[in-house]
Amino acid sequence: MSAAESRAVDNLVEIEHLTKRFAVKQGVFARGTSQVHAVEDISLTVRRGETLGIVGESGCGKSTTARLMLRLLDPTSGTIRFDGRDITKLSQRALRPVRREMQMIFQDPYASLNPRKTVGQIVGQPFAIHGVPGDTKARVRELLSRVGLSPEHYNRYPHEFSGGQRQRIGVARALALRPKLVVCDEPVSALDVSIQAQILNLLRELQAEFELTLVFISHDLSVMRQIADRIAVMYLGHVVELGPSESIYEHPKHPYTAALLSAVPRASAEGVAARERILLGGDVPSPIDPPPACVFHTRCPRFHQGHCDVEEPLLRELAPAQQAACHYPLERWPMTDAEIRQAEGAERQDRPHLEGAAAESPL
Amino acid sequence: MNEAADSQRGELLLDIRGLTVRFPTTDGVVQAVSNVSYSLRRGETLGVVGESGSGKSVSNLAIMGLLNRARADVTGEIEFHGRDLLKLSPAQMRSIRGKDIAMIFQDPFACLHPMYRVGDQIAEAARAHGATKDAAGKRAVELLGRVGIPNAEGRARDYPHQFSGGMRQRAMIAMALVNNPSVLIADEPTTALDVTVQAQILELIEDVKTEFNIGVILVTHDLGVVAETATSVLVMYAGRIMEYGPAKEIFTQPQHPYAWGLLDSMPSVERRLKALVPIEGSPPSLLAPPPGCPFHPRCPYRFEPCDSVVPPLVAPEGGHLDACHLPFDRKLELGRERADRRLGSAAA
Repeated sequence: MSAAESRAVDNLVEIEHLTKRFAVKQGVFARGTSQVHAVEDISLTVRRGETLGIVGESGCGKSTTARLMLRLLDPTSGTIRFDGRDITKLSQRALRPVRREMQMIFQDPYASLNPRKTVGQIVGQPFAIHGVPGDTKARVRELLSRVGLSPEHYNRYPHEFSGGQRQRIGVARALALRPKLVVCDEPVSALDVSIQAQILNLLRELQAEFELTLVFISHDLSVMRQIADRIAVMYLGHVVELGPSESIYEHPKHPYTAALLSAVPRASAEGVAARERILLGGDVPSPIDPPPACVFHTRCPRFHQGHCDVEEPLLRELAPAQQAACHYPLERWPMTDAEIRQAEGAERQDRPHLEGAAAESPL
Repeated sequence: MNEAADSQRGELLLDIRGLTVRFPTTDGVVQAVSNVSYSLRRGETLGVVGESGSGKSVSNLAIMGLLNRARADVTGEIEFHGRDLLKLSPAQMRSIRGKDIAMIFQDPFACLHPMYRVGDQIAEAARAHGATKDAAGKRAVELLGRVGIPNAEGRARDYPHQFSGGMRQRAMIAMALVNNPSVLIADEPTTALDVTVQAQILELIEDVKTEFNIGVILVTHDLGVVAETATSVLVMYAGRIMEYGPAKEIFTQPQHPYAWGLLDSMPSVERRLKALVPIEGSPPSLLAPPPGCPFHPRCPYRFEPCDSVVPPLVAPEGGHLDACHLPFDRKLELGRERADRRLGSAAA
């Protein structure tokens, strides 16, 4: 077996230099067009059996990346390989059998279930679409009980269920065809915290039982820590840091990862006392006109003029299996806001938290 | 809370006693808030936590006089500067709402009118309470600057779509502060915002509280937000108060099984837990709340009186207010076991 082949066996999904730009119309009477740089030249692999987490703030491209992975969107450039096969250019017809192997769980359990169909029809639909022979009803009942619903719920409609129960229906539908890959796009964001834990536990159990590979998308770093094995941190369409979950949480290298971690409110007394917030100025710049070179330089506490705004940092290995795209990565962690700003030659010693909104407006 | 501790704190702003809100519907009466009593002082940040349907927002709408009294049956007393807000006429309430008691909402995208300039909308809030056009405009610019909008004079002439989410929430805070209120009610002010922007807004609310010397009611479902900002905490479930006390105590020595459940089901950013401990089941329907303690169907410690007798909200010696039938020393014991279990469950 060649090296390339054995790599393909370990990796269920490989994406290389993937870019997605959306054209948007601008100006009066939509005369001008410009492009939203949703995903810019990212390369990622998802290994068999692991949970890859993608975190980032709204508009960072995490959902677009997932949708590209499933070919729900067509990439502008780059390649996507699934299970060793290049699926970048496959036609919709040729994609069908591949789609059996990849499923998705959506954020909003109110919008992602057809209100006019019964639970049985919803969960049974994948069998019908792919023409799976056999007793669909029995399979659906089994799936329902596996995700913690009663098989008697078969003939009920989605409105009869709570948010958590609806999300269980979505999970059952995604697992129906025993897929290899399940992409979970913010599956617990719409749920109350006590219900969130139920769904997270369920996903963890099912992953072991069905030998699933999960891509888990979330903006919530606490949720992410409970489920991901490896994490990709995204900012404005770029992967800025990538590595094993424990390394990312315990030794972040990219200033943006550090700022994200420090911004999460802690519910324990020790947690609140233990860290100082690194306050980023302003908001995320517009993806229509992203900053040149390092996309984070407009908000970065370690900004070096003439370097960060001129030369784009590439992902490089800074610790075993951990990569970050930064010219001036953090030497250690935890660090205080002031310590981070004291990096040699850094331009931004101020704490711009209230002058914060100084960054460009979204237009 | 004992009176000695009370006297050391700021002036009493709001005193809510026995507030009950019912909504008659065609399916029956929704018991949204049942007999809740709490207070707010100057300099205090009261964190109100609970899941959806716990009554946390409805009780604040009652304070603001924003419940349609034709549709909602509101009883109890909301005392503000010696007056019962529930007895005021709509006109009297209008002179308080937005002036002495101001509110900011969850969705800063829905709260600003898209076709008016941001500065004018803030000025309008001042003019509604008697400021001249000139003075109101100046005040709007001044406050936009205060809440961290750079080039406030220029940005005041912008329309809301030219502001980002974080800037809109800043503008909403400016609007709330325009008439120097003494109470600021923030209903999930950061839920729609990204985590780095959330940190900025929470910091701003804290700064504003100190600078303007006001009392803040912060409604949220996020215990982390409460732990970071609140001085006292009110835990609500199914329209009732489950636990109420100083924030430090609630987080170091929570007394109610529901509070334990909430804390245990919270994913931690500090460690990967072996298993999250969810609260089994789901919140009860407010149309037909369970008899006795509303939490008893989900409570792992329920015993004989729980399904028939509503536990009173009482403070045991050495603890704070909670509504649970378990004896206090048993709660302390269970609380200690719980803390050990949670720390023990941390993965290597």
